[in-house]
Amino acid sequence: MQLLKPDPTFYASPKDAIKAPPETVAYVALLSATANGVPDRLAVVDTDSTSQRYAQTIGSVALPKIGDEVHHFGWNACSAALCPFSPHPHVERRYLIVPGLRSSRIHIIDTKPDPSQPRIVRVIEPEELIKRTGYTRPHTVHCGPDAIYISALGNADGDGPGGIFMMDCDTFDIIGPWEKDRGSQYLAYDFWWHLNRDVMITSEWGTPKMIEDGLNPEMLLAGKYGHHLHFWDLKSRRQKQSIDLGAEQQMVLELRPSHDPNNEWGFAGVVVSLKDLSSSIWLWHRENGEWTATKVIEIPAEPADPEHLPDLLKGFAAVPPLLSDIDLSVDDRYLYASCWGTGEMRQYDVSDPFNPKLIGSVRIGGIVKRTPHPAKPAEPLAGGPQMVEISRDGRRVYFTNSLYRAWDDQFYPDGVGNWMVKLNVGDDGKIAFDEKFFVEFDPAYRVHQVRLQGGDASSDSYCFS
Amino acid sequence: MSDRLGWLTLFLLGCYHGLNPGMGWLFAVGLGFQDRSRMAVLRAIVPLALGHLVSVALIVLVAIYAAAALPHRAVHFAAAGILIGFGIYRLVRARHIRWVGMRVGFWGLTLWGFLMSSAHGAGLMLLPFVVAGRTNAASGMAMPMPGFQAAHRALYTGWLMVGVHTLGYVLTATAIALFVYSKIGVRFLRTGWVNLDLVWAAALILTGLIALVT
Repeated sequence: MQLLKPDPTFYASPKDAIKAPPETVAYVALLSATANGVPDRLAVVDTDSTSQRYAQTIGSVALPKIGDEVHHFGWNACSAALCPFSPHPHVERRYLIVPGLRSSRIHIIDTKPDPSQPRIVRVIEPEELIKRTGYTRPHTVHCGPDAIYISALGNADGDGPGGIFMMDCDTFDIIGPWEKDRGSQYLAYDFWWHLNRDVMITSEWGTPKMIEDGLNPEMLLAGKYGHHLHFWDLKSRRQKQSIDLGAEQQMVLELRPSHDPNNEWGFAGVVVSLKDLSSSIWLWHRENGEWTATKVIEIPAEPADPEHLPDLLKGFAAVPPLLSDIDLSVDDRYLYASCWGTGEMRQYDVSDPFNPKLIGSVRIGGIVKRTPHPAKPAEPLAGGPQMVEISRDGRRVYFTNSLYRAWDDQFYPDGVGNWMVKLNVGDDGKIAFDEKFFVEFDPAYRVHQVRLQGGDASSDSYCFS
Repeated sequence: MSDRLGWLTLFLLGCYHGLNPGMGWLFAVGLGFQDRSRMAVLRAIVPLALGHLVSVALIVLVAIYAAAALPHRAVHFAAAGILIGFGIYRLVRARHIRWVGMRVGFWGLTLWGFLMSSAHGAGLMLLPFVVAGRTNAASGMAMPMPGFQAAHRALYTGWLMVGVHTLGYVLTATAIALFVYSKIGVRFLRTGWVNLDLVWAAALILTGLIALVT
């Protein structure tokens, strides 16, 4: 259906997008708590603070099969539709593209006419994905100027190379692999871009074989997980440059470029350093035409009694922060960092991206601390801050607590829990838990990515500043 | 249709295309913002207009040769059919050109303008003029004479039609691009960008229908 006016959730610039109205619902990926349990679900949580059912699940849709392991997902269309070189703003932001990270099955879910009652309208089976792209384990979904782009961790055998494939944004047919020349790139994970510069950036986790049976300590200690950032020409689809952050920097995950299209910098999170179990955040930026990456944040491990640590960590007598997700507010002012291991959500002021200042922190869960939520101060919580999403106006920060089933079980062997919480951000930028927002889902599920109605801080790209 | 009204209509059709953000001026504004330069806005209009001109000219040329070679009734109905068919296609299938890349040079921008105009069916609206011109001997667009001279004359008129149309496009696109770049910015687009492609598709169908019955 073509609209007569642009979709009201599209904004030409980040400056306009921060004036967007508050979201009234959030879409949340619920994955089965056990490998062969119930079918995964996409749940709808009421985020309207004036609603009777605030912070409750008001609807959900079950996926048709079991074993998908829903993880990340994204919209069919977003503000990039207003980009001047690929203008098509009369499409609707309506469908969620929901891949199963383990099954490689991709679900197209319609969020209209009733946003609280999503419906599955199409399922793309793994065989189809393999036939058209050679890829499996679809991960990040971004609505691009000319198609929907989706990253994938590996091939049909569970090896590399991982990469990116494209999906037709009108028909949802899989078009094919994106790369024309991947150069040295082998591992894949996240990607995003500087649209006005024709630059794509990709990061590295591991091949399916390296992650699906749990974190492999030998491979980790040998520095085999990803430690590169790759820079590509978006037009010619060729790798232009690769930056090695050093083999001790294991797992370069989330990529958060500046939302302002005139900037050429962004943040990349690294899960763990082999040197001291710290996590770090790197700033990529361009200098004299070449890309460089600078470590701008280091989050240290915290000493811990081995008795309170899972087998994997006993020998270290420390709990690593395990930085698993980062998110940059639409105004490029605040960077949130999820320390899934230590159970801390950090807030940095990145007005000067080269010199981030730690200005806020809340504790919840954690491998050792098990900090409760203020709504239930007597209930110790497992899991830690993980997938984090910021509202477009930057006033509300939501996060959930599961990382990836096989890895949850290693770091939280007695169960990772299944909660979603929210921080309010004050006029002065100060963060605090919303005591009325503590969602505990059905224990048959774990909780992964959150997407906010109408877009959020990691869903849209802009071509005007 | 009187002569003067015909030319004016051609000119206004060009203005309509110039008005559409998806047909070029927005790209020019984007490039201007990126280079922080008014000159960049103006520089972009030239290849965009060239692309538009080529797209429209191709249709007009094909139509002229078809009109010269084929029976009038056939051309008349074919033109009406194409207008209606393409209009319906644009109504039901809102496919957009797949294009990625903001960093484009002169020829890249020309190609972009050509593709956008062609996908829009920009030149199709000129079909009725070419076809009508063939029978309307009184018109300045007339192509009544048989043989070489007639074809020559028709070509001349055809190019003039393309030129007048493109002039409308250039003047409108330049004016809007400069106004948006210097004065108002792009914020109004999210509410003010009426789906001109949809209106255009409806207009194509309507014109085709009128051509059928007249």
